[in-house]
Amino acid sequence: MNTAGSLSAERRRKTVMSIVLALVCIVYMMPVLSVVVNSFKENTYVKTDTFALPDEDSFAGLDNFEKGMTFGNYPFWKSAGYSALITISSTALILICCSMGAWYIARVDSKLCRIIYYLCVFSMVVPFQMVMYTLSKTADTLKLNTPWTIPIVYLGFGAGLAIFMFVGFVKSIPIEIEEAASIDGCGPVRTFFSVVLPMLKPTLISVGILEIMWVWNDYLLPYLVLDINDYRTIPIHIQYLKGSYGTVDLGATMALILLSIIPVIVFYLICQKYIIKGVAAGAVKG
Amino acid sequence: MKNNKSNFSALKKKPAKIRSMRKWSWLFMGPVVVCFAIGFIWPFIQGIYLSLCKFRLIKDAEFIGFGNYGRALADPSFNRAFWYTALFAIASLIIINILAFTVAYLLTQGIKGSNLFRTVFFMPNLIGGIVLGYIWSMIFDGILSRYGTSILENSTFGFWGLIILVCWQQIGYMMIIYIAGLQAVPEDMLEAAKIDGASKWQTLFKVTIPNIMPSITICTFLSLTNGFKLFDQNLALTGGLPITILSDGSQIKQTEMLALNIFNTFYGQNTSATGVAQAKAVLFFILVAALGLIQLRFTRRKEVQQ
Repeated sequence: MNTAGSLSAERRRKTVMSIVLALVCIVYMMPVLSVVVNSFKENTYVKTDTFALPDEDSFAGLDNFEKGMTFGNYPFWKSAGYSALITISSTALILICCSMGAWYIARVDSKLCRIIYYLCVFSMVVPFQMVMYTLSKTADTLKLNTPWTIPIVYLGFGAGLAIFMFVGFVKSIPIEIEEAASIDGCGPVRTFFSVVLPMLKPTLISVGILEIMWVWNDYLLPYLVLDINDYRTIPIHIQYLKGSYGTVDLGATMALILLSIIPVIVFYLICQKYIIKGVAAGAVKG
Repeated sequence: MKNNKSNFSALKKKPAKIRSMRKWSWLFMGPVVVCFAIGFIWPFIQGIYLSLCKFRLIKDAEFIGFGNYGRALADPSFNRAFWYTALFAIASLIIINILAFTVAYLLTQGIKGSNLFRTVFFMPNLIGGIVLGYIWSMIFDGILSRYGTSILENSTFGFWGLIILVCWQQIGYMMIIYIAGLQAVPEDMLEAAKIDGASKWQTLFKVTIPNIMPSITICTFLSLTNGFKLFDQNLALTGGLPITILSDGSQIKQTEMLALNIFNTFYGQNTSATGVAQAKAVLFFILVAALGLIQLRFTRRKEVQQ
């Protein structure tokens, strides 16, 4: 009797907790919901009635989305395209080059390899502000200031974390598998691409997700490296609009923000499991 | 990590495979090393050198010794930014960790819908700093404009506004780390505490928390360094406003944090201050790296204990 009573009390407590958390979650979603709501409102109502749902007066239909497309004298789809191009190419370059380098570092393990490895670890604690001025000048000198060449800069500055994570994983793979492959006549290149790379898959996903999140959201590096009259990524474009605060059309800006976070949320909902795992793996680095 | 030692010693023999790998070093190491040199090593060395120079353009840099450091440390805006950032980092550290731990604790109690809640709490972490800043400045303006003020007019609002923003963004992230820690607490320990008649609070403080100390260390330092390095959110939410003008005519941006202060010194109106800006950047690097090293020592010590 007594135990049954405490059990149902326990269950009731859990239901209450569940409801409380659900309410907290709704509040937690408010900022995103208010972006959705305001992207359908006319400019003047965004500031005065931020939290009201659009009514007959304030409802703007898809006007904001249409207006936003050519906002700031720069087509939005172009900045979205550059963002996608830079994110995909940088991530691919980092994954392929760093996994190759990390395998070599972990297996050859010469003095030089160790020096490079420790330099990579060191680079993880260096904040971007330390190198931003000299890095942007170097990138200018070497003509790395276009969306097609900026992946080289990303590989350079992002190599530290990727090498660190890959080396850690390669060291946990038994070397015997590779030795068997080399006895069967595989050269190092084939061993890497057909034996090692498939085994690296979980780490490739983790590192890939960390890099995608970094590059897609990065503002300062592309802002300093690219010529922003010609090339803008989404964060640069949005910050540029904010620069003209007051005169800016808030409704249209909210429409652009909505468009820019939709791909992120879709990506998140599809790869949630991997994202959470990748983030937890990257956290250890600090 | 346990495997490291055994693998290192196994490699001492250098089998034929390693020798054949060395022939391919240009392919495996070449791209990474060249890019790493361009994107990190060279800018880093040049940055250290330039912090000791007076320059407008890199090519006419003139060596002047530690003068820039003296000027950086004497700069009132840099001092203000340092204390503001330190206060911000500590405040955000405390709030984020308490809330993240609470949420993680609740979500590991077998409550219905835990997975959905976890998804929601983590989501803001994926939105970039600039976009976050813009979203929240709309929300804060929507609230504050009713009282005839704005987040750009009052530095107290600017401070707490940024705290709210950062909490919203990072609670989910820290929550994930805490959940991983909580799930690793041995079930039989909790069971034993229950049989011994420990209350919920006693179990929490005497069993659970001591067992998740590694997660607590990681989250503490992560939120601390994140606080110190914050840039995008600061730029997008207030951009350092409001401004006060000192008696000597220099301006102080009241909500400007260290990273933004360095950025503004580099690319601000005073083009002769680039050397000072680079010196500030070096000081900033030393601060952040020191935090990283302290963290490493803490986590290492904890690992030994386990």
